[in-house]
Amino acid sequence: MTQDENKEGIKGMANPGRYGIERIAYLLMRLTGLGLLGYFIAHVYETSNILRGRMGWDDFLAMTQTTEGHIFLVLVIGMCVFHTGNGIRIMLGHGGVGVGKPARPDYPYDPASQNYRHKIGIYSSIVLAAVAMMYGMAVMFGE
Amino acid sequence: MAQVSSVADEQPPNPLSTTKSILLRISRFNPEFDETNKFMEFTVSYEKWTTVLEAILDVKKHHDHSVAVRYSCRQATCGSCGMLINGKPRLACFTKISELDSNVVTVEPMNNFPVIRDLAVKFERLFDTHHKIKPYLINDDSEVNSNEKEFLQSPKEVENYIQFANCIKCGLCNSACPTMTTDSSFVGPQALAQAYRYVADSRDKGKDTRLDIIDESHGIWRCHFAGSCSQVCPKGVDPAMGIQFLRGYLLGFRS
Repeated sequence: MTQDENKEGIKGMANPGRYGIERIAYLLMRLTGLGLLGYFIAHVYETSNILRGRMGWDDFLAMTQTTEGHIFLVLVIGMCVFHTGNGIRIMLGHGGVGVGKPARPDYPYDPASQNYRHKIGIYSSIVLAAVAMMYGMAVMFGE
Repeated sequence: MAQVSSVADEQPPNPLSTTKSILLRISRFNPEFDETNKFMEFTVSYEKWTTVLEAILDVKKHHDHSVAVRYSCRQATCGSCGMLINGKPRLACFTKISELDSNVVTVEPMNNFPVIRDLAVKFERLFDTHHKIKPYLINDDSEVNSNEKEFLQSPKEVENYIQFANCIKCGLCNSACPTMTTDSSFVGPQALAQAYRYVADSRDKGKDTRLDIIDESHGIWRCHFAGSCSQVCPKGVDPAMGIQFLRGYLLGFRS
């Protein structure tokens, strides 16, 4: 702790339990965004292997046919679906859509912007991601 | 006198009184001498109506008067006694110990504010960002100097901003904000909500000026709609709503 800062830093983002599902969605959005960025870079590297000819391409592609490769792809599916679903919710919210209307607040001051529509959006994104991951696992591990 | 005291002794105990005790852990930190904070523990008795601030003042009165805490009104109006109570930003005068449902109450200074000492933090930056968004009516006409001009508002026009006018500048929203945990330049939910308060006021003509001020890389675009600011606001201001409406103006969703 210093006099000038007293900031939580990354720990403040990674400890979302105090503020409900919205803060968990915020953390998941950041993590999945970083994960998808990593996948995008890896994907560019993977496809560049075509320059090594058919042998090089097949060798690299064989990595995704392993158990670890399948688990990695399942995670990518989950990240992609959650990031898309929650991203649509956030984009609408950023435009002021579905965040409630200003009104004289009454105790206990439940914030209108944290309403059931957004909670449904968050839970739906999580459920959709889980379903997509299970489908992906069924396809990749089912054979 | 003896008769009076015997009558008093015969009275049944107050049925509302259910005195219990908790362990109050207070963060102690003096930036002039300490490298890191340490916690001092006190056992404090409380009733179901006892607030955390009253418990801290009890410690100051009976155990250690050197505990630094800022407070004034004791009724959630002045915004002085914001602190982390069991890890969450709250007003100490507005938080009853019985509501915390814990035998241990830990109080620390608010995050994202420089610590003066113990539980007292500096508010300079919050006031600077608040001032930056021009928190006053911008209008060439005046209802103060003119004998004829009066700014009339319908109840609906008042409803558009009155919620945001409840801000007491306690800083709890800035303390809860996940962006402020890492970004020292972010203008913060308190100032952004106040920008909306004036933009939404039908008497104000400074919308474009304020939108220009917040339309920067460390301005409104750093808000990611986590909503923690609204969850901790003790006055129901809902900064997250105001910020999204402001962004709606900038994105063209609102006019």
